[in-house]
Amino acid sequence: MKNKEPLVHLVKRSDISSGKAWIIRGIAILASLVFCGLLTLAIAKVNPIKLYSAMFEGNFGSKRRIWVLLSNISALLGLSIAVTPAFKMRCWNLGAEGQCLAGALATTACMILLGGKVANPLLWAIMLVSAVLAGAIWGFIPAFFKARYGTNETLFTLMMNYVATQLVAYFIVIWETTKGSANIGVINQRTEAGWLPVIGGQRYLLNVLIIAALTIFMFIYLKYTKHGYEIDVVGESEKTARYIGINVRNVIMRTMLLSGAICGVCGWLLVGSTNHTLTTSLTSGYGFTAVMVSWLSRFDPLIMIFSSFLLIFMNKGASEVASSLSLNESYGDILTGIVLFFLIGCEFFINYRVIFRKKNAEVSEKKEA
Amino acid sequence: MDGTNAAVKMRNITKTFGSVVANDKVWLDIYKGEILALLGENGSGKTTLMNMLSGIYFPDEGQIFINDEEVKITSPKIAFDHGIGMIHQHFKLVDVLTAAENIVLGLNDGSKFDLKKASEKIRSICEMYGFEVDPAQKIYDMSVSQKQTVEIVKVLYRGADILILDEPTAVLTPQETDRLFAVLRNMRDDGKAVVIITHKLHEVEDISDRVAILRKGQFVGDMKTKETNAAEMTNMMVGHAVSLNIERPDPVDPKPRIEVKNLTVRDVDGIVKLNDVSFTANSGEILGIAGISGCGQKELLESIAGLQKVESGSIAYINDKGEPEELVGKDPLSIQAMGVALSFVPEDRLGMGLVGNMNLSDNMMLRSYRRGKTAFTDRRAPHKLAENVVNELSVSTPSVETPVRRLSGGNVQKVLVGREIASAPTVLLTAYAVRGLDINSSYTIYDLINKEKKQGVAVIYVGEDLDVLLELSDKILVLCGGRVSGYIEGRGADKRKVGMMMTKLGGAAEDEE
Repeated sequence: MKNKEPLVHLVKRSDISSGKAWIIRGIAILASLVFCGLLTLAIAKVNPIKLYSAMFEGNFGSKRRIWVLLSNISALLGLSIAVTPAFKMRCWNLGAEGQCLAGALATTACMILLGGKVANPLLWAIMLVSAVLAGAIWGFIPAFFKARYGTNETLFTLMMNYVATQLVAYFIVIWETTKGSANIGVINQRTEAGWLPVIGGQRYLLNVLIIAALTIFMFIYLKYTKHGYEIDVVGESEKTARYIGINVRNVIMRTMLLSGAICGVCGWLLVGSTNHTLTTSLTSGYGFTAVMVSWLSRFDPLIMIFSSFLLIFMNKGASEVASSLSLNESYGDILTGIVLFFLIGCEFFINYRVIFRKKNAEVSEKKEA
Repeated sequence: MDGTNAAVKMRNITKTFGSVVANDKVWLDIYKGEILALLGENGSGKTTLMNMLSGIYFPDEGQIFINDEEVKITSPKIAFDHGIGMIHQHFKLVDVLTAAENIVLGLNDGSKFDLKKASEKIRSICEMYGFEVDPAQKIYDMSVSQKQTVEIVKVLYRGADILILDEPTAVLTPQETDRLFAVLRNMRDDGKAVVIITHKLHEVEDISDRVAILRKGQFVGDMKTKETNAAEMTNMMVGHAVSLNIERPDPVDPKPRIEVKNLTVRDVDGIVKLNDVSFTANSGEILGIAGISGCGQKELLESIAGLQKVESGSIAYINDKGEPEELVGKDPLSIQAMGVALSFVPEDRLGMGLVGNMNLSDNMMLRSYRRGKTAFTDRRAPHKLAENVVNELSVSTPSVETPVRRLSGGNVQKVLVGREIASAPTVLLTAYAVRGLDINSSYTIYDLINKEKKQGVAVIYVGEDLDVLLELSDKILVLCGGRVSGYIEGRGADKRKVGMMMTKLGGAAEDEE
């Protein structure tokens, strides 16, 4: 026989139980951690146990670190929750950065312009309303053009990010504390006007509570409401949606409004509670990381809690590793990259079965790389 | 059929896609210097079989011999190495490149890239077989037939001596078809093996030396074209004439329900799909719509359902009190509220009528999710409906939580029908209701349709099987090229007459076969 049968055969799986799929993902995470450890041992000559304990230390080492961890998770989770309804509709909202910045800008404006002029509780509400409106508008503009003229939402929302960043940069110059510093410093440092309340002595507890509430809201919204059902149908098939009389345009616009509004809430929290200042890098790029979190979690808000924890954990751990084990800062990014590579790569094994060549066409199944 | 000098021998070839058996232990010989017609209905596995020869699919079981040597064709490249070239229905050409560039694209024979020399070779191939190709012409400037020629030359350029053409005439005018056939004969005379996939009988008679017939993935037989005739081939293609015995109850108190007047519809490209169509559909009757596929049937149903933009004309829905209400200009939602249900969407049960990734009960919800005043969906009613449909129509499914895309075609159809009739419509629009279904499932569907009819529903039934249409319908509307070609009583309708109306307006003189 001149040519041999192919060594491996890929067959699309028609069905895999979700339990089995999660086992494969779990194995992938474990395998990636083992691989990271071995790699660290091989090139950095660092004991993997030391590596992981340093990572652990970086995240859970002190009470403060735990709160920072929680605050970061809230920020990432919030934006992930925000993009999810749009994603479920197969509308790729990559504009969480811009929508969040728009909300942050509105919040800042309220704090600076109204600080001291109205009572704090009223100011908080005004800040929230304007942040939600600003974020919603930022999400609505691309949605309107998509629904009306069929523009591509991916590019449109992406470009809106740059517009928002430039707007923020512009206002920072207007509000800068010392001329030429391009820095507005801590807003209302003396009066603390507009600073969101500290609950139970914990500065970040408010963020955690609000984001937790939003997560539960989104879970219910997507799963049990008529709107959530419409989003599902539009995402699966616009033709079916039209056939049963759903107004596809309206659903697109409504969902993007919601998506932008929640981004606005995140901006409100970032300025009003976490940072008390506005910078162009306020979101730390979480608006893009959120895309990954949402996908990794199969658009399920509850799973996103875990996914955003994983990403933030790796990120925080990496900076600790860099300082305490004197490894390069980028090394942490490499480790995060490896974990993600395994996690995304294992989807291949969830979607396909790998069949090896056997003498009698025996079927074997491989689960993990 | 001794198979000794066969260019290709396929033995026991089996290919399955999930639970669908596309080819089942197929034996096929292809000879040099012969044109073989591979005949079969849609979905009989012709293209799948040839795709395995050209390296696109790999068979699950079976052997392929080329010149009596067993080979494993694992990629199109290996197929080419064995001299096998396939011309697909959908051309695979780069629009912005010239003919010559497309022909040499991807070719790596070790020699220097020389477009001039390639053009020379292309010209000599063209001369040899009688093609007309300008090597320097860009693809985007070409007609469909020219593009096809480029595809054929591309295959010959690579030294193919086994050529497979997948329904090559589907896109050609009669004159172009004649030219193609002349070229194919030249290639046969040159000693090449030619396979042409088709389901048109007259082409088989016209061009082929031998005909092999597939039915439902199985090889039914082959014979010399000269020694057979259209009737025999048809019988082999569709199987033994099934004695149909579909019930046709007498209409119950028929009254006009849908009145279509002078309806004209254009598609997005501005092509007229329906031209001045008028007819009446009565309650308690089945109106069968006959016509060659693509003659406006889809547009007609979608216009009534409010999914199609209407250029002119009117569609009146006549309610129980006898008052007409205009449907043109209404959206699907309000039309549904009046009791018009469009079900069994052609080809696209999963793309339009149902959502493949959703489970049965969520699909039931498509029609009913708006019910209730709260923002939340009621999942219990659809769940119950799904269970009822599964029980009453004996849908075979692991559970009502199974995504519908995992069900077989017949079961998907039952789910869709079950949901549509559950809303107790007064008008039921059905398109290709039994396409792809086995006999038993088909009869279940006929029974359901008859049951609706007996309850006074006006049924509009678009079908492709003329025998069924004639047995089921009370009235028959024949469409031809978007115009009404005939409107006749179903009882006592003559199949030949309807067939003629389908091919020619009014069914004038021309006789088929």
